[in-house]
Formats: sequence, structure tokens, C-alpha cells
Amino acid sequence: MCDTCGCNVTEGNRHLIEGDGRLARTESGREAISVLQGLLSENDHIAAHNREHFDRHQVLALNLMSSPGSGKTRLLEETIAALKDEFRFAVVEGDLETENDAQRIRDKGVPAVQITTGTACHLDAHMVHNALHEIDLDQVDIVFVENVGNLVCPASFDLGQHRNVILLSVTEGDDKPAKYPVMFRAADLMLISKSDLLAVLDDFEPNRAERHLRELANRAPAFRVSARSGDGMQAWFDWLRSEFAALRERVQRGETMRPAIQPDGQLMHSHDDHAHDHAHDHGHGHAHTHHHHAAGHRHD
Amino acid sequence: MHELSVCQGLISQVEQIARREDAESVTRILLSVGPLSGVEPQLLADAFPIAAAGTVAEHARLDIESQPIRVKCDTCGAETDASANRLLCGSCGDFRTRLVSGDEMLLMSLELERRERA
Ligand SMILES: Nc1nc2c(ncn2[C@@H]2O[C@H](COP(=O)(O)OP(=O)(O)O)[C@@H](O)[C@H]2O)c(=O)[nH]1
Ligand SMILES: [Mg+2]
Ligand SMILES: [Zn+2]
Ligand SMILES: [Zn+2]
Repeated sequence: MCDTCGCNVTEGNRHLIEGDGRLARTESGREAISVLQGLLSENDHIAAHNREHFDRHQVLALNLMSSPGSGKTRLLEETIAALKDEFRFAVVEGDLETENDAQRIRDKGVPAVQITTGTACHLDAHMVHNALHEIDLDQVDIVFVENVGNLVCPASFDLGQHRNVILLSVTEGDDKPAKYPVMFRAADLMLISKSDLLAVLDDFEPNRAERHLRELANRAPAFRVSARSGDGMQAWFDWLRSEFAALRERVQRGETMRPAIQPDGQLMHSHDDHAHDHAHDHGHGHAHTHHHHAAGHRHD
Repeated sequence: MHELSVCQGLISQVEQIARREDAESVTRILLSVGPLSGVEPQLLADAFPIAAAGTVAEHARLDIESQPIRVKCDTCGAETDASANRLLCGSCGDFRTRLVSGDEMLLMSLELERRERA
């Protein structure tokens, strides 16, 4: 891993260590050591590894996040039903709100792995990695990861997904993006779900929800969808098609795809991409070694 | 809350560095945690003693510094202050900005005590 390499110095944070140097002696004979690495760098390395798996098999990986009950599982059920002749799906189910989410997916004829998170409030890259062992990625085009229903914790953990899809149901407040900026900033697509209920819920204003999203400097599209009535689902299906095509194209060029906004630590590990070139400028002088991803860790 | 998981990740990083540096103990840990990191500094501080118990960092002082939220505008090029749920350009008001700072979640530095060399 990168824990010894100090490779996390980026243009954005270089000023924080300049003039300091790695070693600076304090009066008491103690040593101060500049480290500058993401607090989740272990998670981020496993996430990068997951992403390599997905890429190698040309599988698009999507992380679904929302409050509990916003309609993630229902959306998946309807998506599978509509597109099962077009894409081969698999689902990693991390949401324990309803006990039988994985079973609901399997009933649609799609492999689903239930992650038992216990009391965990989020999925991490390690949990997803273990779940991937149970899925034959050669037989899959799109993996959905249904995250734990929670608008706070899941935002901090990269799972190796290519895109984040965040659901905001019209039974919630349209100011949720303003209240949970870290989560909604990370959205590559916002789905305003249960839009069939807009007729009876007149205090939810979709345009206001979208405006709050823009105020987070987020350029992601926002679609109104109803898994129940089917309204708006076509735009979502088209988005899936175009993201799948984009991933294929990127992978064939030896590149990958990442969510537009990522926690800091992940940005700093963007050198974990396939072109694993470590000739990047570290801006400080100590020797460093890389031991990315233990060799022999192959399980195709 | 996920701050305990974050702290456990921190401690394992600290332990690796301490081992590499042949340190007897870690006396201070400096983090940089921005308002848009998704981590609450206070919750992190609360979780720290639990994660650090029995480790080389057990008696370390944890300092957490913050960074201001700053955005750079793609439209007019200005770099301005912003707030967590209003990341618009402070100069022209456009929403097409990029975050310059404020989402850090970094282990900045460690202070440690070395073992006496024989
Ligand atoms: N009216 C309506 N209800 C929906 C829609 N999508 C989901 N629901 C209902 O909302 C509840 C929670 O849905 P679920 O998919 O389990 O949410 P999850 O916790 O995000 O996975 C269930 O009772 C669903 O039937 C929708 O488009 N319209
Ligand atoms: Mg569910
Ligand atoms: Zn590295
Ligand atoms: Zn501007």
C-alpha cells in the first residue's frame, strides 16, 4: 500500500508541507514526521482494487444511496424487469431496512449477494470486495450496490464504483441536498423518486430540489422517476445505456471512470489507475516504495 | 456513525508508520478535516481513545485542524470563500465551480518518540 510512499502530495495540498520537510526535530528529541495521506487510504486501496475487477470484466458498477425507504430496491426491481434482455445485472445488497431486499432481487432472476452489515451505517470497500467473490463478473454487465439507507456515512467510503446514483423521494424534503451536502455533492445522477406522489404532496418542489443540487456546484442530471407508474424511467434507462457504453469505451482505451466528486483520499489515490505510473512528482525528497495490491490476489 | 471506522483506519496507518520508524510511542497526531469531508471532528475526537486503546498511539494527543471552504469558478476564474451548502462563485454567482479546499480528510503529521538505539 501507499503508507510509506508519501505519494499523496498533490497540487492542492502541497503548500501544506512546503518548507516543512519530512523530518523536523522538536526540542524534546521527538521527531515530527510529515505524512499527508488520506485517513481512509486503506479503504481507498481496496476500492481501487474493486474498480480494477470491474474494469477487467467491463462491468459498470453503480452505488445507490438514499435515505431508508426512498425506493432503491423498488427501482432495481423495475429496472431489472425492463432491461433484463439488454443487460446482465447483479446486485450487492447492503441495505437491511427490509430483510428481504436480496430475495426481492433474486425473485427477478438476478444474482444478489446480501452483505450483513450488522449495525454498520455504511458499506466499505472491503465488504463489497468480499461480496464480489460470490459473483461471476464474466456473466455480468452492470452491478448495482444498494448502500445502507443513510445520507451521511456512505458518502465517505469509496467502494470502487464508477458512478454514484442518489435517490431523493418526494416524500422527503426538497431541501435534503442542502442538509446533506457531502452526500449530494457526490451524486453523478440524482433521481427524484416516487414522482407519482407529487400530485398529492404539494410541498415537494422538484425544481427546488434541483436548485439545491446546483448550489452544491453539482452539474449532475436530475430525473423525476416513478418506479411504480413507470413515468420518467426511460431517461434513467437511457442514462444506464450511455454510462455502460462510456465505461466500455474507457476500459478499451485502458482508462477507468470515477464518480465526479470523491472524498479527498480517493483523489490522492488517482494514481491507482491502470496506467500504474509512479513517476509522478512527489515534491519531497524521501525514497518511497510501493506495494500496491498483494501479488497473488487474483480471483477471476 | 462512521467516525469509529475512520479512527480505526487512522490507527492502523499510524501503527504502520510507527513500526517503520521504529518508534516507541506516538505523542501527537495532526489531522486536517474539512467541513465537507463527511467526518465530524468532534465525533472523531470522541472515537479516538476507543480506537487508540492498547496501541502505540494510546497516549497521543490528537489535534484536528480545519481548512476553509474555497471554490474556484470555471466561468470567471475567481477563487472565493463558500459555505458547505452554497458552493457558488462568490464573484459572479455561477454554480460551475470546483472545490479548492474544505473536503480534506488527511493524516498530516505524527510526532513520535524513537526507541533508544543500542
Ligand atoms: N408510490 C410509490 N411508492 C414507491 C415507489 N418506489 C418505491 N415505493 C415504495 O416505497 C417503499 C420503500 O421502497 P424500497 O424500494 O424498499 O426503498 P429502499 O429502502 O430505498 O430500498 C416501498 O413500500 C415501495 O413500494 C414509487 O415509485 N412510487
Ligand atoms: Mg432497499
Ligand atoms: Zn501510491
Ligand atoms: Zn465566477
